[in-house]
Amino acid sequence: MSDSPSHPETAPDTPPDRPEPSAVRTLLRLWPYVRPVRARLFTAVVVAIAASCVGLVIPLVLKWIVDGPVAGGDPGGVWLGALLLLGIGVAEAVLFGFRRWLVARPLAGVEARLRGDLFAHVQRLPVAFHDRWASGQLLSRGTTDLMMLRMFLAFPLTFLVVNGATIVVGMAVLLAQEWTLGLVLLLPVLPLIAVCSLFESRYARVARRAQDQAGDLTTVVEESVLGIRIIKGFGRHRSQARAFGEQSRQLRTTELAKARLLASIWAVIVILPELALGGALVLGVVQVADGALSAGTLVAFLTTALALRWPVESIGFLLAMCQEAATATRRYFEVIDTARESVGPDALPGAAPGGDPDGPADGLRFADVVFRFPDAAPDSPPVLDGIDLHVRSGETMALVGATGSGKTALTALVPRLHEVTAGRITLDGEDITALPRAELRSRVALAFEEPTLFSASVGENVLMGADGGAGEAELRRALEVAQAGFVDRLPDGTATEVGEQGLSLSGGQRQRLALARAVVGAPRFLVMDDPLSALDVHTEALVEEALRRVLKGTTALVVAHRPSTVLLADRVALLSGGRIAAVGTHQELLRENAEYAWLMSGADAPPGTGGPGPAELAKGTSR
Amino acid sequence: MTTESRPKETPEDGRTPAALAVPAPDPFDQDDLPTPPGATASLLRSLLAPMRARVGLVVLLLLLQQAAIQAGPLLVAYAIDQGVPAVREGRWGPLVAVGAGYLGCALAGGLLQYAFLTRSAVVSQDVLLDLRGRIFRHGQALSLDFHERYTSGRLISRATTDVESLRELLDEGLQELVTVLVSFVYIGGMLLWLDLGIGSVAVLSFVPLYLLIRLYQRRVGRVYARRSTAIARVIVKFTETVNGIRPVRAFRREEANDAEFAELNRTHERSNGDALLEMARYVVGSRLVANTAVAGMVLWGAWRVADGALALGVLAAAVLYVRRLYDPIDRMAMFLNAYQSAAASLEKIAGLLAQRPAVPEPETPVALPAPTGAGPGRTVEFAGVSFGYRTGGEVLPRFDLTIPAGQTVAVVGSTGAGKSTLAKLLARFYDPSAGQVLLDGVDLRTLATPDLRRGVVMVTQEAFLFSGTVAENIAIGRPDATRAEVEAAARAIGAHAFIAELPDGYDTDVRKRGGRISAGQRQLVGFARALLADPAVLILDEATSSLDIPGERAVQQALATVLRGRTAVVIAHRLSTVAIADRVLVMADGRIAEDGTPEELIAGTGEFAGLHRAWRESMAG
Repeated sequence: MSDSPSHPETAPDTPPDRPEPSAVRTLLRLWPYVRPVRARLFTAVVVAIAASCVGLVIPLVLKWIVDGPVAGGDPGGVWLGALLLLGIGVAEAVLFGFRRWLVARPLAGVEARLRGDLFAHVQRLPVAFHDRWASGQLLSRGTTDLMMLRMFLAFPLTFLVVNGATIVVGMAVLLAQEWTLGLVLLLPVLPLIAVCSLFESRYARVARRAQDQAGDLTTVVEESVLGIRIIKGFGRHRSQARAFGEQSRQLRTTELAKARLLASIWAVIVILPELALGGALVLGVVQVADGALSAGTLVAFLTTALALRWPVESIGFLLAMCQEAATATRRYFEVIDTARESVGPDALPGAAPGGDPDGPADGLRFADVVFRFPDAAPDSPPVLDGIDLHVRSGETMALVGATGSGKTALTALVPRLHEVTAGRITLDGEDITALPRAELRSRVALAFEEPTLFSASVGENVLMGADGGAGEAELRRALEVAQAGFVDRLPDGTATEVGEQGLSLSGGQRQRLALARAVVGAPRFLVMDDPLSALDVHTEALVEEALRRVLKGTTALVVAHRPSTVLLADRVALLSGGRIAAVGTHQELLRENAEYAWLMSGADAPPGTGGPGPAELAKGTSR
Repeated sequence: MTTESRPKETPEDGRTPAALAVPAPDPFDQDDLPTPPGATASLLRSLLAPMRARVGLVVLLLLLQQAAIQAGPLLVAYAIDQGVPAVREGRWGPLVAVGAGYLGCALAGGLLQYAFLTRSAVVSQDVLLDLRGRIFRHGQALSLDFHERYTSGRLISRATTDVESLRELLDEGLQELVTVLVSFVYIGGMLLWLDLGIGSVAVLSFVPLYLLIRLYQRRVGRVYARRSTAIARVIVKFTETVNGIRPVRAFRREEANDAEFAELNRTHERSNGDALLEMARYVVGSRLVANTAVAGMVLWGAWRVADGALALGVLAAAVLYVRRLYDPIDRMAMFLNAYQSAAASLEKIAGLLAQRPAVPEPETPVALPAPTGAGPGRTVEFAGVSFGYRTGGEVLPRFDLTIPAGQTVAVVGSTGAGKSTLAKLLARFYDPSAGQVLLDGVDLRTLATPDLRRGVVMVTQEAFLFSGTVAENIAIGRPDATRAEVEAAARAIGAHAFIAELPDGYDTDVRKRGGRISAGQRQLVGFARALLADPAVLILDEATSSLDIPGERAVQQALATVLRGRTAVVIAHRLSTVAIADRVLVMADGRIAEDGTPEELIAGTGEFAGLHRAWRESMAG
């Protein structure tokens, strides 16, 4: 949509200038999902057309009754006619029910398959994709958009065909009955088509704007809930409410514009056919008066014409719904068309030059690794610019660097949550791109700075870290390492449900469970991003003591902000200016590296820097 | 031909009241807040009350529109019975009248339709605007205690999908209902007027239709309850996976997730199909009743025309009306769907709105006296305060504490010692269950929000950024601040350097390309925000947890100047904070275990002295 770039909620991947494929082309993309149920769907369309045609027969029977038995005073004929009417009525009812029965389960199935595919795709899209997309945008595609598609398949699709066929058949019947009157009724068709197509494009624009504004409104709500502490802390709920009020008033304006459009098309659709009908009535009366037409024929003609009113009126909003369904399809495929993360391996084993001679116990190696966020401008300075680092097998390496120096980005490269821009990373001599991703990630365990728990029991959350091989004993040991004894005081112990649908735990508690998850599988490689930041001094000391035992024999990279965490490590690497500026033991670096000493104790500002800004500082000392 | 139905279905949220009957241990776990009896109805009333006149107008427009539309067959009857003979006699008057009438009715029908649709859209949009605003403001007014238990997703869905289902009802459903009722009454009346016998048959046929609708409503209600639960589970699984995408990937949850999702998706698919089948049954049933009635009426009418008791035109008109009479019965089901789901949503919304803020605004606020001391700081006093969370958890037994104006107090202690509770009570995120928290002798509960927030500001560990620029995020501290003031605050806290390096500096949108800001940097922005707010009392709750040591030191140096003359309460896991404190409180089990200047405590033999020693050692390496 041309106006989309001004809306933050619009899919960030849509190039704003690309001309959009037509609604029909877009909707055709649903075919692979519809294919399995095509037989039932087509049968349903045929049944619906049959039902509609049966409906059209009713006026003819009425005509027959009026002109025949009634005029002729034949009681038997009246009975026959009424019975015929009843039979047709029953047939119509059964056919309509049959149509719905035919499509009910298959269409629910189509919706479910679309949703399942979206879910499977979304969780395999690159992490960089998720960094750009708000979760609400993905969710709305998985729920409301798919519901709209199911409705589209159930109604507008069928009824555009059915009502189109009904109009054609109806017009044929009318023309056959009395072609002059029929022509009068055909008069408004062309203007109607013109008005409808004009309406269609306008409506699509307004509808998309309304969708985007509704999305923006959702963002304000979401942020006001997530940032509630800040809003309350600064007493800003009034200004927040003002912003919300403004956005919702904008939405109201758009919705009213949409309503006006819809109302205009309705008015046109009501007036034009009705005028034609009036004309046909006057003309018909004249013909009946002249004796050119029987009264019964006029009744039948008008009944048929009136029966066609609904199909004609419905075309307007059926087209509107098709537009909305096309938008929903477009939104759905925006996500589906994004390439998944490859399953791996992406390189041949050993194909990388300089394959490692040290064999299986080489540890973790970064060789000239360059990294730039995929959405950053290609000429911007990379976050990591030539990282060379070797974590020996069994060694624990602390990674220290100023705020914003790229430590978290570096840890994300190891399990390939982000991809290196250049250079390579090896695990025991094997290039990580030469491993299937699942294999890579089963070798490397992670603990994140922001610990996420899923809606499952405490035990299940922790055991996610192991490949199904771990049991109660491993769980206990991991909880012990993480000092997560609080688990036993939870209502159901390790079976307590946590996450979005369960008990909410404090930041420190969640961090300890995330730590337990990282260590439960006794991984060969462990990557931890400031895993103890939310713990108090007492707990931190206890966790460190236990961790030290675990880390023996594990190759670990630990991002650290504090000397206490650094002390877990055998050696320390200093990340500065996108490079590893120094590697050594804590003591060595404290003595020899001014920046490190400054980072770890803050005691003396390193030479040559006047300002307190850590970023300026990092630049001053890195080269 | 008959109209099968308007292709509209209800959104997937039709929880029935029956779902509430299951006793729940904690209503928050079930996403069903207790709704006081009658709250839903009175919510709807209060929403519609201010627009009574406009609703009246809308209904009037619809009545007129239906009158215009339904006049058609009457004109047909008149044309056949009066117009034909008249034309035969050479009188064109009646036919001209019919033509003019038809033209008038067509134009009136269309224009009234336009007027009705636009006017009713205004009414429904105003109701929605009002309701959205109420939910939003109420959510903002509710205390943190509530927000900690009511997950963000639920609040969001109240303000979005639940409002949306009311909108469906207002936009589509009510119009359907009124149209259906009006045309039933009109056509029924018209039929009775045309012919008492045929009219009576039509009215009688309403009885089985009514029973059928009731049956459908009951059955589909149960299906909807199941479907709503099923879709809610699908949504939770979806959001949780997307929001936790890093651990999902890192721990290779994809396949397990696929399987779990498939199960939830299947449950939803099944109930979804059930709902559609319910609808199919209803359609068959209602159509059968309608078509049987039509056949019956035609039979009887035809008999009487044959007897000469009924004019042919009247029968024609009656037949046309009868066909129309049953057109809207499928729409009735649409209305019921919309109604079911809107009722369920309204009930949830009413439940939310019925929650009283645990920390209400005072009805008659007391003004804060002018600061008495030299600086902007104010005296803080906890007088006999006790506090316990509703969910159990951290508890503060009877607690007394006075912090003189201008003093910086560091609070240390292990997790669960009550440090954060102390801070939250002082920031009035919670109210004490007994006792008072006083600011310059004034109970916090009697202060109006603007006064309270000029008095006390709290900076927490989680530094959330709102969408917008970095400058706007800092300016949350004081919306009227100039750019120079914003930059000054950022400079003072050591955030200027990294902000200047962002693609657009202070104007970088934090949600856009290149706006990637690390956890530590977010905390710095949070600090700048607090500095800009310039409060009398500043509370820092773990506000430096993600900063590196130099960052923390820069903050502390800034604080040393900024806090001068201000009252400050600093909570930290790290003892480094103590350096800037005039006084240290060591808390244990909700009580103050040690209290003194840093020097006194370090020199002593208490817990703090031990902690401090250990900390010095770690810093020395």
